[in-house]
Amino acid sequence: MSFPTRRKILKSLLFGGTAIAAPSAVFGAIYGRGEGMPWEPLKGQPPYYGTHEDWFFTPDEREAVAAICARLIPSDGDGPGAVEADVITFLDRQMAGFYGRGQHWYMKGPFREGTATQGYQSEHPPAGLYRHALAELDGYCRAQQDAGFAALSAAQQDEILKGMDDEEITFDGVSAKAFFDLILKNTIEGYFADPIYGGNRDMVAWHYVGFPGTRYDYRDFVGHNGARIDLPPVSLMGRPGWNSSE
Amino acid sequence: MTKQLPKVDVILVGFGWTGAIYAEKLTAAGMEVLALERGPWRDTPKDFATTFAQDELRYYWRHGMFQEASQSTVTFRNNGAQTALPMRHWGSFLPGNGVGGSGVHWNGQTYRFLPSDFVAKSHNEERYGPLPEGMTVQDYGVTYEELEPHFDYFEKICGICGTAGNLRGDIRKGGNPFEGPRSDDYPNPPMQMTFSQDRFEASARDMGLNPFPVPSANMSRAYVNPLGMQLAPCTYCGFCEKHGCGNYSKSSPQTTIIPVLMKRENFTLRTDSEVLSVEKSPDGTRATGVTYIDTSGEEFFQPAEVVVLCAYPLENTRLMLLSDIGTPYDPQTGEGVVGKNYCYQVMSGATVFYDEEYTNGFVGAGALGMAVDEYNGDNFDHSGLGFIGGGYIACYTTNARPIESHPVPEGVPGWGSEWKQSVRANFLKTTTVGVHGASMAHRSNYLDLDPTYTDRHGRPLLRMTYDFTLNDRRLTAHITPVAEEIARGMGGREVNVAERKGSYDSMPYQTTHNTGGTIMGTDPQTSVCNRYCQSWDLHNLFVAGAGLFPQNAGYNPTGTVAALAYWSVAAIIDQYMADPGPLVQA
Repeated sequence: MSFPTRRKILKSLLFGGTAIAAPSAVFGAIYGRGEGMPWEPLKGQPPYYGTHEDWFFTPDEREAVAAICARLIPSDGDGPGAVEADVITFLDRQMAGFYGRGQHWYMKGPFREGTATQGYQSEHPPAGLYRHALAELDGYCRAQQDAGFAALSAAQQDEILKGMDDEEITFDGVSAKAFFDLILKNTIEGYFADPIYGGNRDMVAWHYVGFPGTRYDYRDFVGHNGARIDLPPVSLMGRPGWNSSE
Repeated sequence: MTKQLPKVDVILVGFGWTGAIYAEKLTAAGMEVLALERGPWRDTPKDFATTFAQDELRYYWRHGMFQEASQSTVTFRNNGAQTALPMRHWGSFLPGNGVGGSGVHWNGQTYRFLPSDFVAKSHNEERYGPLPEGMTVQDYGVTYEELEPHFDYFEKICGICGTAGNLRGDIRKGGNPFEGPRSDDYPNPPMQMTFSQDRFEASARDMGLNPFPVPSANMSRAYVNPLGMQLAPCTYCGFCEKHGCGNYSKSSPQTTIIPVLMKRENFTLRTDSEVLSVEKSPDGTRATGVTYIDTSGEEFFQPAEVVVLCAYPLENTRLMLLSDIGTPYDPQTGEGVVGKNYCYQVMSGATVFYDEEYTNGFVGAGALGMAVDEYNGDNFDHSGLGFIGGGYIACYTTNARPIESHPVPEGVPGWGSEWKQSVRANFLKTTTVGVHGASMAHRSNYLDLDPTYTDRHGRPLLRMTYDFTLNDRRLTAHITPVAEEIARGMGGREVNVAERKGSYDSMPYQTTHNTGGTIMGTDPQTSVCNRYCQSWDLHNLFVAGAGLFPQNAGYNPTGTVAALAYWSVAAIIDQYMADPGPLVQA
């Protein structure tokens, strides 16, 4: 990009600016100078939703993570859980993408254990924390029960998760509590996020709690006065009922 | 090698609300203005389209509109005895990035601070005696009366919706009777309230309080602002805070100012251009321009007659410290000014759970709320209470975005079947009465440069040392029970109270109302800028934003941030242009 192209230097009321040298190239984009709003077609960023080629977990890891999610948000008689919402697919794509890599996070050292008020201080980005913690969890389960986490009974799984949550179970090298907090947060994300990210399949979690999703006009409903509003949810992909296949 | 660029009249560092305000006024006055924005270009039709703007994961949880912590973050500790560690991702607050800055992802709650808030030290000392040891509360040096025309103008730029409570001294029913006198009514009527606000209003009235609609930058009707920009009626979709509005319904720099500015030939914007430092003349009396870096890694020196820091308060403070402008604050001696009086907000609340009624929290808007102001500022007698300041109590319906907002009653576990079923039972049947509390400056809360952690350019990160003070704790202990009483009068099954206890935690989201660090005042020994937001040290350096607040009031900051920007830019145009130099003699 060259500069200036058709810039009109205005004589200001106060200062007579003197040009010294025009640069040959400037990488930051330049806007304005009377040219109006620089709308360009197809320049908006569609959401990044990951792809099936992005699988991060090994088969064993995937089994363990799916089992953890299934206890955090169980399938029960009341409604769908993490299994029906396919939270494992969400987590796999997230870990394979920029989030798992900690690409937007500050990951420079030194790494120190912080106070509870200082937040995440693991040297590992999310995917790395999962990988290390899952290996530790597997070792713990095999030492205690001679089986991986996924093979244990629901009661045994709950006990282990509670032990991690309450900091009674600790791992070597990584924090079991930090991992528990992260996977719980990510599981809730996958349960309630838009289905484009792989979880909340068929908007089951939105149906379950009564959230209408990504609709953007409720003007007719503001005066509901405490009555229930029944609107089937819509996702960024629309609704299944709007597709000709259904 | 640093490339030298042609000189301009004014450089704006950062291009959010204040950058747009300065640019619009300065270009209208004929100045050649260049804005340097660290982040990318963003506009309404392309970047906040209604076909994908309502994406909670992307915009809040993956921080789609915020500064990336990998670009730059802050280190944090509760007190000087601890080692500050980097906020590796954002939590408690969310600095913006890109054109429009935080003005894109705000809620639109647009208050004016109270007249007494601008004279917090002298007003409170006159009424209650000397401030306690360690409290570094100061006066702004500018009064509400001086700022009033600028509040009024910004409200018209934004088309703020509300009910005047004090129109030229006439106290009006349905408005906030405690507000300072207004020269004009709000340009638009209040938003249509919903079930939760109706219950809040009735309960507050029963207690003898005066509820009023929160001044809203979400439009109650179509509106054309003084620059000819058209805003559309809000659709109550509830995706305001942390999201851009694709519907032209939330006032932002993009919807109110930028399209007008982009047509002016004497305005230039360079995006993806991060300012590294402000450069000074050899005698140290003037800024000569700024050094910035673009995405290729090339450095440029951009000379200018006037430099205005319009970045987020945390970055403005850091830039001044990195540029060796002014004396850094020293918490041991209490001397120095840059980084002084960092303040935040003290939030608490009460959640109401209903059995039969549906609150339908997804029908909402960022500033859809009713508030009471009896416990804000000095609107009540503080004698014997042991604190100054206060906060408003409000019931907002801003969202039911389910990742963030799925309250369950006390005693319900944090995961498992019982949690899941409780989320379903309560998701559409809760509302919150919140206290938005002031934060008074204290000697021990401040900003400086971190000795260990650096950004990607190798420059020190800003270090934040902050905890709630005794004043904050007494304030919240006094007001939270009032919020609870209002909540109990709203007819729900049960009320859960979230008190503000323990140390400040940098992680759960609270508010993006970080203030101080570049404070304004009446004395160069105790403030960074004078009453016109002009640096005491470099007369051609001006500073914008909430970093100017000597302490934080019990309100959302944007209205006051904008009024100060209009006040300051008027001083540049009306006074400084004719006679460049210090506008206040030290």
